[in-house]
Amino acid sequence: MRRIVIVGTGTGGTLAANRLRKAFDLGEVAITCIDKDDRHVYQPGLLFVPFGLTHPEDIVRPRRRQLHEGISFIDAAVDHVDIENQTVFLDSGEDVSYDVLVIASGAVLALEDTVGLSGPGWMDTVFTFYTPEGAGALEGALATFDQGHLVVNVIEMPIKCPVAPLEFCFLADWYFRERGVRDRVDLTFVTPLDAAFTQPIAARHLGGMLRERNIELVTEFNTGEVDASGGRLISYDEREVPFDLAVVIPAHNGAPYVTRSPGLGDVLGFVEADEHTLQAKAAANIFVLGDAASIPISKAGSVTHFEGEILVENIRCFLEGRTLSASFDGHSNCFIETGFSKAMLIDFNYEVEPETGHYPSRIGLPLLKESRLNHLGKLMFQWLYWHSLLPGRDIPGVSSAMPLEGKTSETKDESEVRA
Amino acid sequence: MSVETIAGVPIDLNEEGFLTDPRQWSEEVAVELAKREGIDPLTPRHWEVVRFMRSEYEKKGAGPSVRVLGKTSGVSIKELYELFPKGPAKLAAKIAGIPKPRGCI
Repeated sequence: MRRIVIVGTGTGGTLAANRLRKAFDLGEVAITCIDKDDRHVYQPGLLFVPFGLTHPEDIVRPRRRQLHEGISFIDAAVDHVDIENQTVFLDSGEDVSYDVLVIASGAVLALEDTVGLSGPGWMDTVFTFYTPEGAGALEGALATFDQGHLVVNVIEMPIKCPVAPLEFCFLADWYFRERGVRDRVDLTFVTPLDAAFTQPIAARHLGGMLRERNIELVTEFNTGEVDASGGRLISYDEREVPFDLAVVIPAHNGAPYVTRSPGLGDVLGFVEADEHTLQAKAAANIFVLGDAASIPISKAGSVTHFEGEILVENIRCFLEGRTLSASFDGHSNCFIETGFSKAMLIDFNYEVEPETGHYPSRIGLPLLKESRLNHLGKLMFQWLYWHSLLPGRDIPGVSSAMPLEGKTSETKDESEVRA
Repeated sequence: MSVETIAGVPIDLNEEGFLTDPRQWSEEVAVELAKREGIDPLTPRHWEVVRFMRSEYEKKGAGPSVRVLGKTSGVSIKELYELFPKGPAKLAAKIAGIPKPRGCI
């Protein structure tokens, strides 16, 4: 019997475990999942908590209950991985040996990497919505905020769900309008990037949407210090942005055990892997998926979902001693909530940047365009997440490989667009 | 895309002024690229960062971000900003003749 051990049971670990359980007979492979707690957070829901549109308790479920029968779950933190001896050591002193290891332990917030961030003012005038606790506390702060300067600041890329800070800006604009105080609230989006978003066509669309909503955009701002008592963000090149309330997306690291495991990850604790096969550079029997990986694509649930299929196929190849045959194309898509019950959708991969058109084909959801249909799609997705995506079922019309049909392509001649 | 003569040799640059072929880089080219960015002369401390960027690029195929640079280059983030004002990762990458760091997606 071969042993597959999965560290982390968020989106990636859970759907990988369930897909692997379906792909292998019970007598063929034993699957063990390890996580430091039993709380599975539906992370896309965090964005809605500060605006009272959902509540932390509605987006958290037990991890164990999302796993199919025939999968063991160990509720314990990992101390380190010994790659040579193929063993995961737990905080409790116990150890678990593996034939194949799957790293799906996500990313953590590195508050300590920014001076002043976790000091006085944290959860008072400085918040993040990237944790259930932070999002819940921010709801209280927003409810009583009716005038002043609200700043949304991304400290450094990469972050989970790179569009979430923009969505927060759009929803804040909607929220303050609904409350009738928008004219007394200044909104500013402060980013280390040189535009509203990384990819040029989407950056143009999103930058235009910030302007339409009178949200100021400050670019190439590398925050070195958050001075809560003085109410200002200070960049390394000594520029300042004043605030009354700051919503900060801290820099991200990989899970702490990765940096304690010799040879496993990079200096930030992310695990380098082949961007197509998802095999770790550290060892042939280690695979990585989701936010834990250092590969050149967004840290987003959709990426993790699309990687799941590739991962299972390649683990089968590995166990049968064959060349890894499945190849990930970097497919990513996300709904961008824009307020007033509308949302946009973007769809892209390693090669193709987000474009206009429709998804998944010529008839479908509009791309890079605000619509009510996309908003409904985003709301429906929460149900699909618990009932289709985590259990490892295929979602009809949504494939791992990125579809080109339906994309209009602003960058290429019409004749070059494949049908 | 344009071709410019830098330190006496034709160099391919993209619209943001980054070398499109890191193999065209030389120390003389770096000195000229630095001048264009207002850094003159390149001190030994600048060179330490530029060489580090090149070796990281050769190992990993991409230049590091500011935070990674601060943790691994032996030069603090504060000093990196003094050496390469307004964005050390980007500016040092440009002078080192490697692509703009793409760790930001």
